[in-house]
Amino acid sequence: MNARPEAAYAPAPAPLTEPTFGTATTGKVGMWIFLVTDAMTFGGLLLAYGILRAGNKEWPAPTTVLGIPFTAFMTFVLIVSSLTMVLGLDAAKKGDRREAVKWLVATAGGGVFFLCGQVYEYRHLIHEGFTLPSGNFPATFYVITSFHGGHVFTGVCYLLITAFGVSRGRHLENGANFVEITGLFWHFVDLIWILVFTLVYLIP
Amino acid sequence: MGDATMSKPVPVRHLHVGPEFHAEQHIHPEPTSFLSRYVFSKDHKVIAKQFLWYGLFFLVMGGVMAMMIRWQIAFPGTAFPVLGQLLWPQSGGVMPPQSYAAFFTMHGTLMIFFAITPILIGAFGNLLIPLMIGARDMAFPTLNLMSFWTNVLAGLCMIVSFFVPMGPAAGGWQSYPTLSTLVGSPGHGQTLWILGIFLTGSASIMGAVNYITTVVRLRAPGMGYFQMPLSVWGIWLTAILNALFVPVLAAGVLLLFLDRVFGSHFFLAGASITKGGGDPVLYQHLFWIFGHPEVYILILPAWGIVSDLLSFFSRKPAFGYKATALSMSVITLLSMVVYGHHMFVVGMSPLLSQGFMTLTMLISIPSAVFFLNWLGTMWRGSIRFATPMLFSLGVVFVFGLGGLTGLHLGAISSDIYLHDSYFVIGHFHLTMAASVLLGAFAAIYFWFPKMFGKMMNETLGKWHFWLTIIPITIVFCGMLVVGYAGMQRRLYNYEAYEFLKHLHPINVWITRAALLLGASQFLFVGNFLSSLISGKKAAENPWEVGTLEWTIPSPPPHHNYDEIPVVLHGPHEFNNPAVTGKDWLAQDEPIGDEPVALGAVGN
Ligand code: HEM
Ligand SMILES: [Cu+2]
Repeated sequence: MNARPEAAYAPAPAPLTEPTFGTATTGKVGMWIFLVTDAMTFGGLLLAYGILRAGNKEWPAPTTVLGIPFTAFMTFVLIVSSLTMVLGLDAAKKGDRREAVKWLVATAGGGVFFLCGQVYEYRHLIHEGFTLPSGNFPATFYVITSFHGGHVFTGVCYLLITAFGVSRGRHLENGANFVEITGLFWHFVDLIWILVFTLVYLIP
Repeated sequence: MGDATMSKPVPVRHLHVGPEFHAEQHIHPEPTSFLSRYVFSKDHKVIAKQFLWYGLFFLVMGGVMAMMIRWQIAFPGTAFPVLGQLLWPQSGGVMPPQSYAAFFTMHGTLMIFFAITPILIGAFGNLLIPLMIGARDMAFPTLNLMSFWTNVLAGLCMIVSFFVPMGPAAGGWQSYPTLSTLVGSPGHGQTLWILGIFLTGSASIMGAVNYITTVVRLRAPGMGYFQMPLSVWGIWLTAILNALFVPVLAAGVLLLFLDRVFGSHFFLAGASITKGGGDPVLYQHLFWIFGHPEVYILILPAWGIVSDLLSFFSRKPAFGYKATALSMSVITLLSMVVYGHHMFVVGMSPLLSQGFMTLTMLISIPSAVFFLNWLGTMWRGSIRFATPMLFSLGVVFVFGLGGLTGLHLGAISSDIYLHDSYFVIGHFHLTMAASVLLGAFAAIYFWFPKMFGKMMNETLGKWHFWLTIIPITIVFCGMLVVGYAGMQRRLYNYEAYEFLKHLHPINVWITRAALLLGASQFLFVGNFLSSLISGKKAAENPWEVGTLEWTIPSPPPHHNYDEIPVVLHGPHEFNNPAVTGKDWLAQDEPIGDEPVALGAVGN
């Protein structure tokens, strides 16, 4: 009882493909996908910012309210911390634990400095009456920058946990894959900041 | 004759398996304590069952609410039997208007986020991905555990919201401002709704990261993307949409939360012109950027499952397997750029509307492709009308109806008339409620043996099918009709409008059918529970199909596969003339003495 017409038969022997996705580890693929979702959240917030700003003729030029030189310096520190991250990963790849821990902690230090700067900036702005309910410019400003700040905070914790692990001799296997994944997150946080800085602070 | 090509000798295939692949999939010992085994389990099969129970619970809750809404429409001013007296003693058991708004809001919310999503994505996503691709578990078992329990927190927010003063959210499942801001809903219910959505969204994102990674990295050797069962395709595409668009919803409800709790006014127009007013339509954009993909998030797993089941029970390879997989992918892509069709009446630029309309209409091309493939799969097959097949056919039927009515809503000119009418309610229930629900039933009947090691009762299953498909068609097609006649959605008492009064008889019939539909679900509940306790023991492969999960015991051992299978064929190898004695072929089963060699195996 072979009910199937011959014409419909398409056996197409399965091509045997390599199951691994290049050489990226599971953790790395997972982190990349997470970063995409995270970028979409920032995308949603930035879209809201864009629409509100475009629809409002009285939107003040950000440069008149926000302290650009100060934030530019914070941005610089964050970029430098990306550099120290690269150095930390490099040391970890070479198996140099002490050097790796040093750079990872330095990276976290950059993050802490940035957070302190943000707290200082907020206090200053709130003092000037630039508060969340006082309008949509402050509201979008606080939402986007504090959401980013939350990422910096997470990144600092993540870096310190990684550094602790490395100091205990962990996370070095597989080309220091774990450290590399931490680095992915940290570079992402920096990259987002450069976008935020450009869009929220600089565009006149 | 085609036979000549088929019996050609098959070349020895060398499998290259990276060492890392094997390194990753250790066999973990089964946990022994009750908590780690059944409550905080990291085993995808246990988490799948947790999601199933969780989703069924909310399905009952959302279903009862639907009955109450329909009761109010058909029999206004009369008490809802039994429950009415409990819920609204002060009005003698009659649902008050505020509760009506709360109930359709929470019915929609619970059904979408807490019933359908957990059942199809949570339960079957978790169950099927590792089993069908030949993996021992998900890529990130701990994340999986967190995803479930975050979802439970979200569900609790929703349940608690029924007990706060002024009741749960009542601004519609989309929660548009200004209905959902403090102006429209001052109580805590709406705030809890936001928290619940935010949490369930986070859970969905965790799930999505896990699902995508698992499919990308843990496919068994030989399991290329085009050897994956279509169920896995559907769930995988859903995960991609979840990963991309749930974050946008999260951003939207976050801003709504700030408006409600911290006094910003992102979405409050006018109230604060001097300070730079907000924009309620902005919320609609953020919502629908997510919302349109969401309907595909719900339907894609069901499409995939139905595509597989149609082939399994027609005993034929899926017609146009690749075309089906690709058209589902094209729909996934297109679904990202059509959301504007929900907003034709907000006063967008007509040029933009035209663009959204054109893109929307484009979706009918890939949809037609896989729909015809479904028919092609069944064409001249030797169909076995088992319960899962009946429900799959039900999906084909109601989705056909729903898809066709979608064209009326995608075209601007007819949508302006139909927008916010019961026609919309009929349309989306056919496409994403009825189809997905029937798809979920098909999946439950089909994989119940694998999940619980017991068979479900076929006779009851068939009664359940007929007593579901007939009333469900009457209910939702009836809604199309009253909508076309001009009846708006979300009306507490449509008979207050002179021009709608004559719709009374048909509304009564819709409600009667809905009540029958509700009642016949007891057949399912009874069947489910009694089969669980005393069902016939399930064999390894009771449906005689070839996908990997049917090559291992029912239920599978903790680590699924003693040895990771090596995949040699696609998922639908039925009636292959080279196979004798049976009409199916397991994906990892060599034909005759077809030689297979493994190269560079790491263990
Ligand atoms: C199977 C039985 C069901 C029945 C009888 C039913 C009935 C209804 C009714 C009467 C309404 C209210 C229409 C209005 O007055 O505006 C409604 C709304 C809705 N239903 Fe269902 N429904 C069912 C299942 C589902 C399922 C499975 C889903 C989820 C996918 C769903 C999603 C929704 C949504 C999103 C709304 C809109 C709520 C709103 O207006 O905010 N329904 N349904
Ligand atoms: Cu849509």
